[in-house]
Amino acid sequence: MDIFLQQLVNGLTLGSIYALVALGYTMVYGILGLINFAHGEVVMIGALSSLTFIRLLADSGLPGPVVVLIGLVFAALVCMVLGFTIERVAYRPLRNAPRLAPLITAIGVSIVLQQLAMLIWGRNYHSVPTLLPAGSHEVLGALITDVQVIIIAVAALTMAGLMLLVNRTRLGRAMRATAENPAIASLMGVDANRIISLTFVIGSALAALAGVLVSANYGIAHYHMGFILGLKAFTAAVLGGIGNLAGAMVGGVLLGVIEALGAGYIGDLTGGVLGSNYQDVFAFFVLIVVLIFRPSGLMGEKLAERA
Amino acid sequence: MDLPVKTLTVAVAAALFVVGCGKKEEAQKSAAALQAAAPLVVKLGHSAPLTGPQAHIGKDNENGARLAVDDVNSAGIKIGSRELKLELMGEDDQADPKQGILVAQKFADAKVNAVIGHLNSGTTIPASKIYADNGIPQVSPSATNPTYTNQGFKTAFRVMANDEQQGKVLGAYAGNQLKAKTVAIVDDKTAYGEGLASEFKKSAVAAGVKVLAEEHTDDKAVDFKAILTKIKGKQPDLIFYGGMDPQAAPMAMQMKQLGIKSKLLMGDGGCTTEFVKNAGAAAEGHYCSLPGIPYEKMPGGPQFIERFKAKYGDIQLYAPYAYDAVMVVVEAIKRAQSGDSAKILAELPKTDYQGVTTRINFDDKGDLKDGAVSLYVARGGKWEALETVGAATAPAK
Amino acid sequence: MPSVPSKAWPGMTLIGVALAIAPIVVGAGLGNAWVRVLDFAALYIMLALGLNIVVGFAGLLDLGYIAFYAVGAYLYALLASPHFGLHWPAWAILPLGAAVAGLFGVLLGAPTLRLRGDYLAIVTLGFGEIIRIFLNNLNAPVNITNGPKGIARIDPVTLLGHPLSRSVEIGGITFTGVMLYYYLFVALALVVVFIGIRLQDSRIGRAWVAIREDEIAAKACGIDTRNVKLLAFAMGASFGGIAGGLFASFQEFVSPESFGLLESVMVLCMVVLGGMGHIPGVILGGLLLTILPEAFRHGAGPVQQALFGKVLLDPEALRMLLFGLALIAVMLYRPAGLWPEPRHRRELSE
Repeated sequence: MDIFLQQLVNGLTLGSIYALVALGYTMVYGILGLINFAHGEVVMIGALSSLTFIRLLADSGLPGPVVVLIGLVFAALVCMVLGFTIERVAYRPLRNAPRLAPLITAIGVSIVLQQLAMLIWGRNYHSVPTLLPAGSHEVLGALITDVQVIIIAVAALTMAGLMLLVNRTRLGRAMRATAENPAIASLMGVDANRIISLTFVIGSALAALAGVLVSANYGIAHYHMGFILGLKAFTAAVLGGIGNLAGAMVGGVLLGVIEALGAGYIGDLTGGVLGSNYQDVFAFFVLIVVLIFRPSGLMGEKLAERA
Repeated sequence: MDLPVKTLTVAVAAALFVVGCGKKEEAQKSAAALQAAAPLVVKLGHSAPLTGPQAHIGKDNENGARLAVDDVNSAGIKIGSRELKLELMGEDDQADPKQGILVAQKFADAKVNAVIGHLNSGTTIPASKIYADNGIPQVSPSATNPTYTNQGFKTAFRVMANDEQQGKVLGAYAGNQLKAKTVAIVDDKTAYGEGLASEFKKSAVAAGVKVLAEEHTDDKAVDFKAILTKIKGKQPDLIFYGGMDPQAAPMAMQMKQLGIKSKLLMGDGGCTTEFVKNAGAAAEGHYCSLPGIPYEKMPGGPQFIERFKAKYGDIQLYAPYAYDAVMVVVEAIKRAQSGDSAKILAELPKTDYQGVTTRINFDDKGDLKDGAVSLYVARGGKWEALETVGAATAPAK
Repeated sequence: MPSVPSKAWPGMTLIGVALAIAPIVVGAGLGNAWVRVLDFAALYIMLALGLNIVVGFAGLLDLGYIAFYAVGAYLYALLASPHFGLHWPAWAILPLGAAVAGLFGVLLGAPTLRLRGDYLAIVTLGFGEIIRIFLNNLNAPVNITNGPKGIARIDPVTLLGHPLSRSVEIGGITFTGVMLYYYLFVALALVVVFIGIRLQDSRIGRAWVAIREDEIAAKACGIDTRNVKLLAFAMGASFGGIAGGLFASFQEFVSPESFGLLESVMVLCMVVLGGMGHIPGVILGGLLLTILPEAFRHGAGPVQQALFGKVLLDPEALRMLLFGLALIAVMLYRPAGLWPEPRHRRELSE
């Protein structure tokens, strides 16, 4: 039984990581209807720039978690500036352009960010120092590390915080109004451009947070780490219903659990014909089945025929 | 309205023209230099992924080759009355077969005298046909898939034990020295990882080791908890991993987090300083193998490492093999007293060279004869050499 | 694109002559590597035109298009290589590849008809990955695809008893293998262009555009949207299948690495960057995106050398960096693509 439980724990932490990244995708999509393909690369920049600051502070004698926190703040600043710039340069001029134009600039931005990161941080893998508590706990026969507990907690708290922000604050109301119709929101006195910029800035700060936690969890950071992570998180966001904050969380956790259980049990279920190498096939298969029955994701609003 | 398109076409054409001219000027320059000192210029092509996830290993190969080129150029080797000058053309094949073939074609056009590369079996194998068609000798420092030298090309050589040779040593070592009774095998589903894992399996089973589980991941993954948890349930004595260090290091850390006591055994892909550096304390006690003889036991080995470090930093993985690959070609040039491809090709099979990795002799397929394989254990944040096994040569099938 | 007016004939002849002598000039001036680049340009133009049917005409965002290319390539590899010991002639396999890829297109299209926009994008992306993963893993328990090692020594296309991979001398000019393939690819690309133009002007083409512009209205006008959409998937896929077969014969080697997500994205970039739904634009997009990275590869080092006297930035990183910047710049400068459909242009300027 503890193996099954361990797989659930594995899936839950992996899923929380996906969820944290997926929140960034979903925020931008919710307000602009745009897949910000470069989001995964912003996560990567967050991870690597926090590492730079952490290394600068390595000999300061400050306690580990404080160093990580300072690293996170600086990385968040870097990413916020980056997110703001990306929106200004690559997306805003194309707001009324054909639907696929910003998709191509997004792809261009991710290529540029990857190559810049390679020039700045080099081609090597970087080991991330263990600064956060590194103990592990046994819960009902399954092992869980402190970092994993932190990741699950942070993902849940972030989602809750964002939902509060969007549903309960003035800024949130302005965001919802802009998402509904930017032109009319402007007429109502909402500075739509400012709101959209702010959404990107908040999303990028979240990306930095995700980057720091991901690199702490795996103990490794690399200029190419954003691509697969972004892809998985994007899948999670769609699975949950893109544009929906709770959906990002649900989709992320579900995808994580599906992957873990898939890798753990496909082999036994198929008598060894298919093995853990089909883990991703299994995940995509579930995604396709879900979308056939719920074409706008698990928690997505039912789209009117004329979306 | 069509104007911008036209302007753009013109711009592209102009850009191409500039590129073309740049090349011509270079050619003129080198022609002028030739008349002044009349050195014998030999062009070597080097190809490896310089962008993408394996860029760090690719650059390492290129640095190894560059160090060899610099060494040769400053040594003032005389071929007849002319001084030997090597020129290295470094290209990026992105570990993509299509790009690999394109690079090969570019080398063939540039009439390089020999090629060092490619890094991956997946690019080396398709590119080898172009080199064979054009009669260009190819020495790969790191492509270990047996297919490369099994195609019957007279131009294909490698200076590293192939997967068959290495897998055989690893499997026997698991059973006989490590006394493992049971093993779980994980591979990354690349030509390298899967090839090594399947050779390991054959020889481990022959040595009486029972295979409890066979799991797979991929060469971009970072999370292995699901497969490791499954393996934990089967409690094997040993876990074999066929793959590279970007996966091996997080895997070792996650084994520790899950409380798995079994030791990890890896081939050359995990046998790197990066692995022990990145896995930290979780690296302790794991095993790996590397074709060749430990550098510290090789004549000139420690000096090689020092000079490499001073110039490019830590060795990632295959730089010493790339260095040897260049040197093998240079030795052939010396024996042939010529930089001509055909003459180099005629001399390469007769190679008997003491490199920094091992003593290099080729068999009739272009594989290493009696390629030695050394085993290491991670202790105190370093790989410590255990023993070197002079592997039996692969059976001539 | 209405039927060709007679005054366009001199222009057409000029293009024909340019296409015919291009590989000879390029081969002599820049080398065979550049002829190989042209070959790939023709191949990618075929792919882009196929994807253009799905994305450009019917407005269905497909991020897994490369799967059909993979199906065509592997079919060719399996039926004409020592792997199974089969050596079917190319002329039998290529149409079969088109048919099988078309079937896969329907297979993908059928369950996804209700999906739209970005949801369709992620499902097609998943489909592409599923195909690639299967290709990578179907070497056990029964070895079908030879797994990650790929399939080598694939037969070249044979024309009049002459394998195209070998050079031939005609009238004092030596035509190398890459040049011969160039003529084959360009000829087939022209056929694909012709079919594309005919489709665009047909009832089906107009039905596709109607669905793209407004699916509900199209349905109300009596268009069987289900079948018409499926037909778009099938047609697009079969073009991809043919291109895949040609790719396998040209490379004489296939492995799953060649069919990753980035390839799909690249083909999509060609379509959008060139001008979605506009055949000349798509051709331009395919040509540019194949040639640009190679031009940067050859140029990044020497140009820096010329400008600054030394190589400041790693040429390989710079090459991809410039490529990314070019994508952004072109889209900002011309959001509808470099050479958009005239009708779209009008909409934009209003």
